[in-house]
Amino acid sequence: MFVKQISIFVENKPGRLMSVTKVLKEGNIDIKALSIADTKDFGILRIIVNDTQKALEILKKADCTVTTTDVIAAGVEDKPGGVADMMQALYENQISVEYMYAFAKKIEEKKAFAILRLDNNEKALKVLADNGIKLLSAEDITTL
Amino acid sequence: MAGYWEKKYECAPLHEMKALQSFRLSQTVRRVYENVPHYRKRMDEAGVKPEDITSVKDLYKLPFTYKQDLRDTYPYGLFAVGMDKVVRLHASSGTTGKQIVVGYTENDITVWKDCCARALAAAGCTNEDFMHVSYGYGLFTGGLGMHYGAEHLGMTVIPVSVGNTKRQITIIQDFGSTAICATPSYMLHLAETMEEMGISKDDIKLKVGILGAEPWTEEMRQQIQEKTGIKAYDIYGLSEIIGPGVAFECSEQTGMHINEDHFIPEIIDPDTGEVLPDGVQGELVFTCITKEAFPLIRYRTRDIAMLKREKCSCGRTLVKMMKPAGRSDDMLIIRGVNVFPSQVESVLLQLGNTSPYYQLIVDRVNNTDTLEIQVEISPEMFSDTVKSIETQEKVIKDAVESTLGIAATIKLVEPKTLQRFEGKAVRVIDKRKK
Repeated sequence: MFVKQISIFVENKPGRLMSVTKVLKEGNIDIKALSIADTKDFGILRIIVNDTQKALEILKKADCTVTTTDVIAAGVEDKPGGVADMMQALYENQISVEYMYAFAKKIEEKKAFAILRLDNNEKALKVLADNGIKLLSAEDITTL
Repeated sequence: MAGYWEKKYECAPLHEMKALQSFRLSQTVRRVYENVPHYRKRMDEAGVKPEDITSVKDLYKLPFTYKQDLRDTYPYGLFAVGMDKVVRLHASSGTTGKQIVVGYTENDITVWKDCCARALAAAGCTNEDFMHVSYGYGLFTGGLGMHYGAEHLGMTVIPVSVGNTKRQITIIQDFGSTAICATPSYMLHLAETMEEMGISKDDIKLKVGILGAEPWTEEMRQQIQEKTGIKAYDIYGLSEIIGPGVAFECSEQTGMHINEDHFIPEIIDPDTGEVLPDGVQGELVFTCITKEAFPLIRYRTRDIAMLKREKCSCGRTLVKMMKPAGRSDDMLIIRGVNVFPSQVESVLLQLGNTSPYYQLIVDRVNNTDTLEIQVEISPEMFSDTVKSIETQEKVIKDAVESTLGIAATIKLVEPKTLQRFEGKAVRVIDKRKK
């Protein structure tokens, strides 16, 4: 049972991630999961979406460099050691992990949460709050 | 006062120099007409016979020789002697990966040694000096050219070649080098490495540097002189003509004396080919009048310069050329190596799965030239793993380096973000230029 992942080449320059995700927004594509691999000069945006064919079409039309890869979406027990147990099983069967990232989980109805690593957290807190974006506190996370 | 090596020529009265040039020119033209089919064809096409060339005043009648002619006749098509007479080959990089080969007879090597020895003597070097040669040895003419010239003058030559800067500084200290040949950018790099190592200019014996193979500014000269305590002299040359030693600076440091008893200079309008008078800037053209193996006739150097014939305080009467202000085409000199943007293009095309859209960013960081090549990523190159993309970047990097002969960093950029070929594409951004 495979899932199609779309990878997009994203040059490291201001506004690039915004414009790529805007293309998806305009195509009404829902991102179900995402991660970014970063290097000094470029990043690879990897996404799982609701409509892969359509997403590929609009990304190519927008001159994005894209590729698709078969990946596995595995559900683990949402409890301490859930990931470790899965890793152990893979390791015992000589399977290596190239990369992994978490699926956006429905924490509240119609909301998906992402972890952001930012260079100016103080400012970001204000900007996100001003835009009506709900932020989870460390306490919220522990009580999920 | 710095000495002469061949005073008879270096200080010859103008009328004697013109007579010598005229004699040598007519002989050379006769020889190339007889021995080199390319020149005969060109002269026939232009309706010029060897007997029409009896004086330097007739020079303008001869057709130009272009770099493309050297490529078209690669490797030995322009040689004017049999290979049994050729004792040395050198090569310089050309466009589309094709290099240019030049040859020397035993006598050509002697001429070259004399030209370099004149430059060294003019900079104050004598047989008591230790010459540290930091130019690359090999097909590049810099290393061996200056090496032979310095030996010819009787200097103690230390053939260090390029690389391992700290070791070079230890050698300068331990061997007591008093003179050095290097590119100006490498000289500055040496100076900065010395500072890092805690070695001051008083800890070394260097007093003079003969620096060339790349354009440099007066500010850079001042910086080098202050940091290292040496007197820095410019030297000019190109492999096609002979290598280093075509022209050199004297104690006045206001332009380079051309060894015009061997190489007749002209300044022309690069668009019309019209010969321009002294004091006017244009493209520098050389005619070799003593070379046996590879005598170029009216060779278009694509260097921009100006000639000045005035009394020099050093006593030399050799005409002076004012520093090249630029090239008339797109060739770059990076760390002393000739680089053509189209070489990069051909590498990318040869690799197959890369896009041919690229841009070169040349800069100077810590006084060393840097080259970044931006390449648009192609769908074939792209992958979902960083590892795979970086492997492909390395393939490009290795291929570019082996073609250009210098290191470069590769930066992948998004498709259609670099300028296209329509109109005049800016393939090179040279941040070294003021």
